[in-house]
Amino acid sequence: MYAVNFLLLGAVMFSIGVFGVIARRNAVMVLMSIELILNAVNVNLIAFALMNGSAEGHVFALYVIAVAAAEVGVGLAMVLMIYRNRRSIALDELSALKG
Amino acid sequence: MNALLAADVNVAQNVGFYVIAAPMLYGALRVVTTRNVVHGALWLVVVLGGVAAQYVLAAAEFVAVSQVMVYIGAVMVLFLFGIMLTRATIGAETDLNNRGWGIGIPVALLLLGTLAFVILDEFGSSVIEEPAAPMATTAISDIYLREGLVPFIALSFVLLAAAIGAIVLARKD
Amino acid sequence: MTAATLSSGWFLENAWLIPLIPAIGFALIISLGKRMPQGGSEIGIASIAASFVISAGAAWQWIQRVNSVSGDGEHALGGVFGFARAILPAASEEGGKAAYVEPVIRSWTWWQSGGLEFGLGQHIDGLAVMLLLLVTFISLLVQVYSTEYVAGDRRYTHFFASLTLFSAGMLVMVLAENMIQLILGWEIMGLCSFMLIGHWWEEKANSTAALKAFFTVRVGDVGLLVGTAIIFFGANDWAVANGSNGFSIQAISGWAMSGEASQSVLFWGGVALFIASIGKSGQFPLHTWLPDAMAGPTPVSSLLHSSTMVVAGVFLVARLYPVFFVGFDILDTQFNLIAIIGGITIVIAAALAFVQDDIKKVLAYSTVSQLGYMMLGLGVGAWLPAVFHIFTHAFFKCALFLAAGSVSHSGSHHSFDMKKDMGGLWRKMPVTAGTWMISTAALCGIPFFSGFFSKDEIIDNAHNNGYDVFYYVGLAGAFMTAAYMTRATYLTFFGKARGAAAGEHHDEHATGHDAHDAHGHDAQDHGDHGHDAHGHDAQGHDAHGHDDHGHGAHAGPHESPWRITAPLVILAALAIGSGYLNAPAVGTEYFLKWVEPVGAEVELAASHGDDGDHGDEALGFGALAASEGYSEGCGYTDPAEGKVCYAPKVPHAVFTWGKAAPSIVLVFAGIAVSAWLSLGVFGDRRNPFRGLTTRFAPARWVHTLLVNKYYLDHLYERVIVRAVAHPIAAAAYWVNQHILDGIVNGVGTSGRRTGEWVYRNVDQRVVDGAVNASGFVASETGHALQPVQSGRVNQYGALLFGAATVGAIVLILVNI
Repeated sequence: MYAVNFLLLGAVMFSIGVFGVIARRNAVMVLMSIELILNAVNVNLIAFALMNGSAEGHVFALYVIAVAAAEVGVGLAMVLMIYRNRRSIALDELSALKG
Repeated sequence: MNALLAADVNVAQNVGFYVIAAPMLYGALRVVTTRNVVHGALWLVVVLGGVAAQYVLAAAEFVAVSQVMVYIGAVMVLFLFGIMLTRATIGAETDLNNRGWGIGIPVALLLLGTLAFVILDEFGSSVIEEPAAPMATTAISDIYLREGLVPFIALSFVLLAAAIGAIVLARKD
Repeated sequence: MTAATLSSGWFLENAWLIPLIPAIGFALIISLGKRMPQGGSEIGIASIAASFVISAGAAWQWIQRVNSVSGDGEHALGGVFGFARAILPAASEEGGKAAYVEPVIRSWTWWQSGGLEFGLGQHIDGLAVMLLLLVTFISLLVQVYSTEYVAGDRRYTHFFASLTLFSAGMLVMVLAENMIQLILGWEIMGLCSFMLIGHWWEEKANSTAALKAFFTVRVGDVGLLVGTAIIFFGANDWAVANGSNGFSIQAISGWAMSGEASQSVLFWGGVALFIASIGKSGQFPLHTWLPDAMAGPTPVSSLLHSSTMVVAGVFLVARLYPVFFVGFDILDTQFNLIAIIGGITIVIAAALAFVQDDIKKVLAYSTVSQLGYMMLGLGVGAWLPAVFHIFTHAFFKCALFLAAGSVSHSGSHHSFDMKKDMGGLWRKMPVTAGTWMISTAALCGIPFFSGFFSKDEIIDNAHNNGYDVFYYVGLAGAFMTAAYMTRATYLTFFGKARGAAAGEHHDEHATGHDAHDAHGHDAQDHGDHGHDAHGHDAQGHDAHGHDDHGHGAHAGPHESPWRITAPLVILAALAIGSGYLNAPAVGTEYFLKWVEPVGAEVELAASHGDDGDHGDEALGFGALAASEGYSEGCGYTDPAEGKVCYAPKVPHAVFTWGKAAPSIVLVFAGIAVSAWLSLGVFGDRRNPFRGLTTRFAPARWVHTLLVNKYYLDHLYERVIVRAVAHPIAAAAYWVNQHILDGIVNGVGTSGRRTGEWVYRNVDQRVVDGAVNASGFVASETGHALQPVQSGRVNQYGALLFGAATVGAIVLILVNI
């Protein structure tokens, strides 16, 4: 098994996720892209754990999974609230941060 | 590839990797390009399932099972609920992307190039030894309950706070 | 090699108490001050006084220590103001002077991270002792003065709390044993200067000035952080090998002189640190905050601009002088960054001082100009004259500010406008006028006043070290200094009394004018506003309730009470006397002996002794020639194996009256020319001054008198803004609109940011330094920057990931 297999897979998934975060207009889709990024990181963690033969990478991956679950929960709750207030979840309409 | 590598590399495992990776990458691309939000969610299921399969391939059974249960079982259901609750129509949509979405392409390619360069530079020739056995779940639990105990407790607080926060945010009042 | 036992003492060993006492005083004032009978000012004064006593003790013991090396204590004390020695011919270098006197270094671990210890401690050498004494002394006088000046103010207690913390910050920095501590003190000062300049924040102009001071200095602070990091990574290996770490100032100095330091690391570290100095010390590109900082109460201006805040930048350069000395090849090259910036600052600021109507702004630009002298001195290798100039300048500039405050407090009804509310005050306020004139004489560099001995030494050494260009710059600066100070003196104290100085009172309509936009704005708006009290004071008079000490009762100007005049008299005495501490003209060279670190090699092993263990260090002795250039020794050749240098060996010019003659002649010429002009220009037009308070008269005399005085503003406005900034702005805006928006979906973002960066910086810089177009340009800049602040999360994400990627690529390229 080549080490670069997992790592490159992670890199490609990460970049695709970054593209999604930048390009997507729908807040739910942005959250999905973030999931891609997090999973890419997890793939890397597992790959390094495999290379080193240690369990720490697994532990860390599980942390990431748990945090991701929390993030999705809060994120979707926010999206719901925004949707209720504005009847839209298009991110480019959410420009209250505009300077 | 020289003979040494050929001897060390498990061909079947590599083939399995590519077989799983190909639909994953295609699915990931579809997630960020599809015009249908529900389709995007379903493609994400493919990606996440593929990741779980890769975990199995990397001898991380416990993480793989967690992946399936947490992501595909819980997170994806959340996503589908979120989509249903926030969208009047289910079907293709024309404006899922931003006006300036093109910026994402160079940024992502630049990032990919950087990462790929670093990875190939550092790990280009290294071969992972065949693990004798899958990582024992007891090893993971040992870490959780010893040196990882404080982060573990902190994490449970994070989850609790997230659950409460999500309820507060989403509650209608 | 000779083994010598260095004397030490309680005060030297416990100098760390000096900043600690005011810091505790600050906490006490904040928590208890409002319940104290004097509103907390007594705590402030007591804590500073305690620090002053300890500083004086430390200075005394430091002198003992130096003498214990050189072995003669004959003029340890008696000659501090020793006219007795003054009649002797110029003393040659004492033989024992050539020994490097080990500073008293103590350090306690503050926190640890990754095996790296961040310490807090003290690094007491001549420079630190001098500044400790200076800062505590000036702070003490300023606090006494403030009890009268801000009496009855709404935030009286907070004022004293900030003042005390400010002094503590400066003292922390002066004592700093390592760069982290230096940054700590530096930032405390930045925060307190913000609070003090914006003390009367109810008025927009004051809070704006405070923000401007804070942010401008912050720009430089980035340089401090970057420079510290660069130096740390450069010095750490060497320092660790010698039992210290890369933050220790002593270790950095040793490393810089060791010959093992990479020239480029030293250069770029020096550049970054110097940017911090530029910001803090108001040097040329970043000097604009300093005049605006006059919005603060006068005691604050006095404290900030004489001995503390602005001197911090000079101190940084002086403290880490080996880094700059080696990094910039001082003495080896004809030009270097420090000298160039210092030279530019001298001329630019002195020129600006001519066109100010506000007496405090004249002094502010004068301060900028004098700081330029200090930087110039450091840049041309004249370390000691520059440091000595810090010392003398602190006294006379503090006296000048306090005198200006006294004039405004008691003479001109809270106005700082020399043209409208002053004139002829010397009869009414003899003490203030006398102290002002003594200090002015010192600032101008008239012989036998303190400024002469320091400034002339800088100029002389510039010449001696082969920096001819800067020699002429220094001479030109001396001429200009004399001229603008003569103008200010004439306007304030001579001629006919005008406005409030003549006993007239202000109408309240005057306060709407934005008094803090000093440049040229005044000239154009005179027609509308008639006479205007300078914003904060006229308004503060009512808004801050400090009109209860009897201005209404006085029909006209009068002398200030003793709490104002006493500090003035003391400072004026020092404005004369302080110069004699190092006046080669009269044969005193105490600073040379006590303050300047000697560039001699020291045994390496003994030099990093911790916690004040100074038992038996071996000290290197070497002959120190008086005025010759060096070709070997510290700073020129690498120290021998097992030895280390902590200071470069710098040459000293030998004073002769012949060499001082050009600057003396120029100073008197400047005074004469300026007096003649002032008499001619202002004197002939006495009658219109009476009509100043009516609305049309100012326009008349503005036209007749000031058209050519404001040529500089016209230069800035017409030439620079119109010809440079606007086309650049327009071009950037056009590019922004037509090209970048056209490819907005491509790689536009980064290009656009570059365009806007140019737009913002070039435009803002020039306009900032220049005059009138601020409102228009500010709003245009805002519009131009808006696309970046779109509020669109995706765009922020793109910027974030793009920047992270670029950062990663940079790291890869660096490490490849």
